[in-house]
Amino acid sequence: MSFLSQNASTILTLTIEHLWLTGAAMFFAAAIAIPAGILLARSPRWARPVIGVANILQTIPSLAMFGFLLPLPWLGDRAARIAIVALTAYALLPILRNTYAGIRGIDPALVEVARALGLTSRQRLLKIELPLATSFILAGLRTATVTCVGIATIAAAVGAGGLGELIFRGVASVDNRLVLAGAIPAALLALAADAALGLLERITAVKR
Amino acid sequence: MTPAIHFRDLSFRLPNGNLLLDRISLALGEGTTTAILGRSGSGKTTLLRTVNRLLEPTAGEVLLSGVNARDRDLIPLRRSIGYVIQEVGLFPHFTLERNVALVLEAQSLPLADRLGRAHSLLAAVGLDPATFARRYPRQLSGGQRQRAGLARALAADPPILLMDEPFGALDPLTRLEMQQMMRSLLQRFRKTVLLVTHDLDEALYLAHRIILLDSGRILADLTPAEFLHSPQPEVQAYVQAYAQAFRRTPPAGHPPAGPPSQTIPFADPEAAQ
Repeated sequence: MSFLSQNASTILTLTIEHLWLTGAAMFFAAAIAIPAGILLARSPRWARPVIGVANILQTIPSLAMFGFLLPLPWLGDRAARIAIVALTAYALLPILRNTYAGIRGIDPALVEVARALGLTSRQRLLKIELPLATSFILAGLRTATVTCVGIATIAAAVGAGGLGELIFRGVASVDNRLVLAGAIPAALLALAADAALGLLERITAVKR
Repeated sequence: MTPAIHFRDLSFRLPNGNLLLDRISLALGEGTTTAILGRSGSGKTTLLRTVNRLLEPTAGEVLLSGVNARDRDLIPLRRSIGYVIQEVGLFPHFTLERNVALVLEAQSLPLADRLGRAHSLLAAVGLDPATFARRYPRQLSGGQRQRAGLARALAADPPILLMDEPFGALDPLTRLEMQQMMRSLLQRFRKTVLLVTHDLDEALYLAHRIILLDSGRILADLTPAEFLHSPQPEVQAYVQAYAQAFRRTPPAGHPPAGPPSQTIPFADPEAAQ
């Protein structure tokens, strides 16, 4: 207990740092992957290669990814930059895939009617396709967020901070209390993000 | 008089070489209803879809009131043509009133006008706006959905109405009700209607003219009365196949009619909602 009270402010600071790294990465990933998914849904012949590239990014081991980015100019100057870029790369695939699948999966009769009614391409997107695909896109965001909360612990390896810092310190000093002080809040963050986005997903799901 | 819809030497060929429509020429007068009959794969739907340019013909042209459809802007063209399909295609995330008025919303009409129009159309197709305007498609029966689909197709008061097997998925009783409603609606609103169906009965009841399509060609172009008595073998085959259904006898050993079963009071499913 005294361990907790001694380290409470550190844990809190690192949790906030962790949230910030993940949040920033999710923001950038969504900003890239949602529009990309929409474009792919419009021209599906590009879907395979583009999703393939996102897939390859996903398979790079996270420690290696942080290592690759370290020597790059500008990016390598600040550890947080590396962490955010790496996390963004991991978050791309689930968001991209779900946006694409969500739009492509809309009942073809609805798409045909939307065209036949004389909706412009933009109106079809905003009034029909995006609302009907929202819960799918959110499911992608949820997967991406949970993954990134976990991977963000590794960002401490390049000095980006976050809860991984406690874990790495604990491992180095063979102090299980430190490891748990990092691991437990990280797990709770992942669960909370999962629950919150899951709720949002259910709210936005279109009932049929 | 310039025909409302004029197909001129219209052909449609798939990229794989299959010819779905083979030099169709057909002129449909304004305010008339034309039924297109034919087997599955005869090109009925393909022909219909060239009118609102969901498909572009690979040869020939479609003239709408004398103007080549290809020369018109796609969006206004489609807004001026009502489209009803078997699946209806109501948007599940919109209420009925929003579904019906979506064309008007797309044209940025003021909300009050849109709702007024939606409500009067819902009433016209037999859906009381006070009850139905705020409902979602999932809360409706199949017949009610088809009614709403029809109201939506009429929202922008289009001079042309394309209907692709509109009542094909409905039970026989509901289908009959819909056909009756359709007939009275067509007498009220003067529309040029192109109706794809494989229900001869429906064609006879609703259309001024029946086109029989086979392998992308017009086999017959007759009035309902002529159609029933045509000497043409293909037409006769069609009429006979249809009549056959009524002549069938129940299988042998059918249990004799027993005492009249107890009358089960049941609520009209449409009224119950």
